[in-house]
Amino acid sequence: MERAIVLAASAIGIGIAMIAGIGPGIGEGYAVGQACAAIGRQPEAQSKVTSTMILGCAIAESTGIYSLVVSLILLFANPLVNLL
Amino acid sequence: MDVSINGPKVLFTLPFFGGIDVSQSVVSSWVVLALVTVFCLWLTHDMSVTNPSKRQIAAEKLVLMVKELVENNMGQNWQHFAPLVATILAYSFCSSALSITGLRSPTADFSVTLAMALITFSLIQLYHLKSKGVFGFFKRFVEPVPVMLPMNIIGEVSLPASMSLRHFGNITSGTVITALVYGALAAFSRLVLGWIPNTFIANIPIFQVGIPAVLSVYFDMFSSAIQAYIFCMLTMANVASAAE
Repeated sequence: MERAIVLAASAIGIGIAMIAGIGPGIGEGYAVGQACAAIGRQPEAQSKVTSTMILGCAIAESTGIYSLVVSLILLFANPLVNLL
Repeated sequence: MDVSINGPKVLFTLPFFGGIDVSQSVVSSWVVLALVTVFCLWLTHDMSVTNPSKRQIAAEKLVLMVKELVENNMGQNWQHFAPLVATILAYSFCSSALSITGLRSPTADFSVTLAMALITFSLIQLYHLKSKGVFGFFKRFVEPVPVMLPMNIIGEVSLPASMSLRHFGNITSGTVITALVYGALAAFSRLVLGWIPNTFIANIPIFQVGIPAVLSVYFDMFSSAIQAYIFCMLTMANVASAAE
């Protein structure tokens, strides 16, 4: 019974953890939009803007990756079940 | 459904120091090291000044690219840093892209990326020590006020954590999603071919041909190239700022 409760709570927790994907989504979308605007103003700076944007996007993505790591731990190496 | 997603398996155990486990990640790392070494040897053997071959021009272009990257991000007098950056780039990219061949990528194992991040972390600390001296090294933690000591320590430790988790998470998510898509495609082909009475034909996963290649281009090539590039950029930026 306790095991079932812990597993159900973990499953819900995995889903809730992935809500953090909203943040990087908004942030990266904003960054890409601004990069498009910058390229529109200065098409000759395209390569520099693109490389900076990709770097910034990948760094902004890290919060999403943290939530992914949390949910992967809960999915495949759940430490809470062993506490029972 | 026969989708299995698990960590690196222990392949065999070395009989020293009470048994050292050699996992899939270590063996794939050896494959990566061998690939990079053989590639470099092939690129650089019988070079000539007067009559360069195409292979030599490619090798020179690669070296120049890394040197330019280091120069643009760290400054003129950091040329000696280029070999480390090139090593990180080559190792990180090759090990992430190794999943194309069906082997398990070493960077999908947290211990590998953590080891890479710890190398960077120790380099950063070393350059702090070099540029500020022993007193300045410890004084850095109590600036601007001594109350900030725990925050400064957390800030220092979070750098290798974030670097290693970012790399690990990106590659692992690719592995997990690819495994899920393979399972889904197998189930779908069974659904389509299930009416055939011959079990051998009914179990051929026809949809697994071609479709995962699109995923592979993104997760294996694009994602690993970006992650290798970011790891190098962060290493260079942090070391250069530590040495100021």
